[in-house]
Amino acid sequence: MSFLELRDITKTYGTLNAVSDVTLSVEKGEFVSLLGPSGCGKTTTLQMIAGFVDVTSGSIHLDGRDITRAKANTRGLGIVFQTYALFPHMTVFDNVSFGLEMQRVPKSERRARVEEALELVHLAPYAGRYPRELSGGQRQRVALARAIVIRPPVLLLDEPLSNLDAKLREAMQFELRDIQRKVGTTTVMVTHDQAEAFSISDRVVVMEAGRITQIDQPYRIYEHPQTEFISRFVGKTNLLPGTVKAVSGAYASVSLAGVPVEIDSQSGADMGGKGGALASGETVTLCIRPEKLRLTGAGQGRLPGRVSERYFLGSQWLYHVDGPLGTLMAVTPNDGSAPLDLDAPVGVDWSPSVVRVHRGAMAEAPDPALEAH
Amino acid sequence: MAAVTSSPSSSAAPGNGRWTPLFLAGPAALLFAALVLTPLVLTALLSFNEFEHATGRTHGFTVGHYLAVLTDEYYLEIFLRTFRVAALATAICVVIGVPEAYILSRMRNPWRSVFLLVVLAPLLVSVVVRAFGWSMLLGPEGPINAGLVALGFGRARMLYSEGTVIVALVHVMLPFMVIPVWTSLQKLDPSIEQAALSFGASRGTAIVRVVAPQILPGILSGSLIVFGLSASAFAIPGLLGGRRLKMVATIVYDQYLSDLNWPMGAAVAVLLLVANLIIMLTYHRVVEGHYRRRLG
Repeated sequence: MSFLELRDITKTYGTLNAVSDVTLSVEKGEFVSLLGPSGCGKTTTLQMIAGFVDVTSGSIHLDGRDITRAKANTRGLGIVFQTYALFPHMTVFDNVSFGLEMQRVPKSERRARVEEALELVHLAPYAGRYPRELSGGQRQRVALARAIVIRPPVLLLDEPLSNLDAKLREAMQFELRDIQRKVGTTTVMVTHDQAEAFSISDRVVVMEAGRITQIDQPYRIYEHPQTEFISRFVGKTNLLPGTVKAVSGAYASVSLAGVPVEIDSQSGADMGGKGGALASGETVTLCIRPEKLRLTGAGQGRLPGRVSERYFLGSQWLYHVDGPLGTLMAVTPNDGSAPLDLDAPVGVDWSPSVVRVHRGAMAEAPDPALEAH
Repeated sequence: MAAVTSSPSSSAAPGNGRWTPLFLAGPAALLFAALVLTPLVLTALLSFNEFEHATGRTHGFTVGHYLAVLTDEYYLEIFLRTFRVAALATAICVVIGVPEAYILSRMRNPWRSVFLLVVLAPLLVSVVVRAFGWSMLLGPEGPINAGLVALGFGRARMLYSEGTVIVALVHVMLPFMVIPVWTSLQKLDPSIEQAALSFGASRGTAIVRVVAPQILPGILSGSLIVFGLSASAFAIPGLLGGRRLKMVATIVYDQYLSDLNWPMGAAVAVLLLVANLIIMLTYHRVVEGHYRRRLG
């Protein structure tokens, strides 16, 4: 049995299912992120683990103990809130010490442990300050110190970095992971930011409308998204609707708006888990990540195209290329050479192994990455 | 060019900036000065006039009225009683009003709106009407005494006692405690209480250690309002304290309208104002001093 187990937990508000049949096993010491757009049920799931929201059905087990109906103040979990929820009338030291006081840890030991925790988050010199005298990043670290000082079996992080500016957020991501590794606490983080989830998690749980749609390592989720929603939500992707024309052995030929494209006939197996080889006449959606497209000289590659937009992203160039399949996004590294000009004719190429195939037609959903904010 | 931009480097802008607030606050300040300060100043001047029962008020200058009030035990007792009654009413308002506001803030709509209306409803009825209501309820022929007699207890004399005045004051003043506390509870981040619970605090500990200190400014302003209004209350002590139980506001009234000794009445009123100010400012400084740095 895993260290933290959620078994078929469901939360219903009236007739609305906020969370449906969520099952998740977290191993001891693991860092797991719940990722999804707002309203997908990830925060409700975290609040059920914390004990702030009652579970409608299903059960939660921590270290073999059923804590489904346990009160929040008996679970002993360390929680970092989105708003940090520091006690504004207490100093940094007293904030961190609060959990230990509640556990009736003797005063001398308390002092040593608070100092150790503040040392860990580099806030030792600020012990006497009040929260409102600290910057956002410092408050965030106080919240973290306050949560880890009680040596909780599980650390819960609710959008811990969303209130920080971009630069600080990136720095805190690495610091958070570093601290989590040092302390070795099992951690569950909720976030809507895929970059944040990917960079620091061992595993990412993608949630969509109250359900888990994929649990995997970050790299696997990016490269092998199980649903079209995930492929759009995590990073950018080109989605191309087509029809399977012919299947011959390992290869299948797909017609994309009349343009024939060769793909691996088995590649339907890892998409949507429906398994089996593709059949002739089947409707499919091909996904190709922008960085997997190669822009070549005009007349070369699989498709002709013309640069219609270009964006400079610092380390990369993002091009929009108009061609027979509509507009494709392509990303090339900024290797110091001159970028392509607008209206320049180019060829678009890719290797068959980078194409992911969704069975079925493309849903006309708005871009989920935009909905997330 | 300079007129178009609002850049801080232009020389005209800082001058404008300095006068604008004064200019905007001007009309209200004038109205205030006319309606509040003028009567106050006139009252203060009046209190130094001489008074003879035979001739009435003369324009000579004397501090005699102040000396009379400050040295006469009769007046001192009334002042002490007034502040004792106001302090008790304030304390009871804190004890009832703070939990009431907390419970109210934890309710969900529509119940929250319903009960908020219940709390505020007394404000819609005139104080005089409510005081008469209390005197009917507590009077010798009132329902409470009827009940006591029916149960075999004797009749209790409840009217014209300090207790009755305090009960009625609490009834009137409670909204003034609930509203500021409720406002500061609204500003509270609900996850702060959750945080306290998650670190193993019981609900009671969370309220005492985490919630209460944060709503202290609300309790402070609520008790200042309640104390100030109670100490200068007129209708309730007048109607429920009667002739026997005098309070400062009622003797001011007596001096003006029974004795026709206006300067004496003015002196008592000025002393009430000053004493009230001293008590409230001291209280404010002591309580808020503790929390200034923490809550800002």
